[in-house]
Amino acid sequence: MSFAKALRCRECGREYPLDPVHVCEFCFGPLEVTYDYDAMRGTVTRERIEKGPPTVWRYADLLPCDAEDAVDIGTGFTPLLKAERLAEELGLRRLYIKNDCANPTWSFKDRVVTIAATKAREFGFKTLACASTGNLANSVSAHAARAGLEAFVFIPSDLEQGKVVGSAIYGATLVAVDGSYDEVNRLCSELADRYRWAFVNINIRPYYAEGSKTLAFEVCEQLGWRAPDHCIVPLASGSLYVKIWKGLQELAKLWLVDSVHTRMSGAQAAGCSPIVTAWEAGTLNIRPVRPNTIAKSLAVGNPADGYYALRTFAESGGSAVAVSDEEVVGGMELLARSEGIFAETAGGVTIAGLKRLAEAGRVARDEVVVAFITGGGLKTQEAVMGSLKAPLQVEPHLASFERALSQREEQAPVSGSA
Amino acid sequence: MAKQRVKFTFPQELITLPIIYELGKQFSLVTNIRRADVTEDRGWVVLEVEGDLEEIERGLEWVAAKGVRVDPVSGDIVEG
Repeated sequence: MSFAKALRCRECGREYPLDPVHVCEFCFGPLEVTYDYDAMRGTVTRERIEKGPPTVWRYADLLPCDAEDAVDIGTGFTPLLKAERLAEELGLRRLYIKNDCANPTWSFKDRVVTIAATKAREFGFKTLACASTGNLANSVSAHAARAGLEAFVFIPSDLEQGKVVGSAIYGATLVAVDGSYDEVNRLCSELADRYRWAFVNINIRPYYAEGSKTLAFEVCEQLGWRAPDHCIVPLASGSLYVKIWKGLQELAKLWLVDSVHTRMSGAQAAGCSPIVTAWEAGTLNIRPVRPNTIAKSLAVGNPADGYYALRTFAESGGSAVAVSDEEVVGGMELLARSEGIFAETAGGVTIAGLKRLAEAGRVARDEVVVAFITGGGLKTQEAVMGSLKAPLQVEPHLASFERALSQREEQAPVSGSA
Repeated sequence: MAKQRVKFTFPQELITLPIIYELGKQFSLVTNIRRADVTEDRGWVVLEVEGDLEEIERGLEWVAAKGVRVDPVSGDIVEG
């Protein structure tokens, strides 16, 4: 059962009923779900959770909706892998990879959308909607199909064909908006006011965002009910990072883990790093930027949760780091070659950020470190195409193979696009 | 009458200009500030504008053309 109690303004603290609203009517601050933690203590136990399904819904007691009504495509309980080869490369001893490529639409967005779709259906919406350049669009389309809801997905008109397919296949209506990134933002904000649709990251945002907490819950459970010493999280809107922290705090509040001493570090691509820039300047004020990076799934120039992410850096003692696009590609290749995980560009940001932090001594050698890989690499193949070697071309006889083998160091990079 | 909730982010050189006053006057809009943080080198204001829908759109375009960043109050909506 859900112990959600109310929505509370993160700015002025005013409370609202659990309705499809996202901003405080008084100060226009963002709303967040609050829970009755006193009632949860004693009821929500490790044993109860362990008896649940191998999905995010095993944590339904800590989410804002009930598992019985879930729009579930099998999201969550993704692998937490001890990354010994990568750890050795980075000079660490206890490094783990939380691999969210293993979700049904190959990204962590399934965690947030399963909650949003469930709430949308509970509220009686007939349409699920979002504006996205990739992962979110795929997940909304898939969940709408599963729930029998109509889906509207707004995309920039110059989006690559390959990214359109991953949403269109589920039967969603795709709307290509001919305008700048800012204009797409404005249009969707106006649409959310005008149409009675469940825009997952607008009017359903307080519930949607709660899904990210399940990453913290899973990691702690998979580590034997203990919080990691250090988390490395990619930053876009900052919501994922903030909610992992919230999830850790909740487990401690409910005595499911001992006190949380986790340092929360975050990484952005240098071409879109408003949170890192503010952190480096020692200010809580985010200056919006125009994104220019290959890490498109992190390209949020005006991050909704940037301010709260900066507060979490301060509370937890973590570090923020920005990496170049070359480092992003290097991070993707390093993870793939050392651990067999093909991450999208956001994963390259995480691994390149971790590498930088380890080199700078900001991640200690003996810490239990968890790096969050939030999406699969098949969606962003173009990022690494230019740096990978082409196949060996051989005639169907042994001499040709052996000649090619002896020349393999001279291979040209793969050309073409995804 | 239509309403829109927006966030204005001012660069340093525009902080001292009465842009919100001009927006209300030139486009016949009611501006209602709910939260703000303005210092000598930067500033942001969260407000609601109310009036004719076309005038709101024209007005917000005018503000953006002045060099002020105009965003929905909930930040970027387009996600990866």
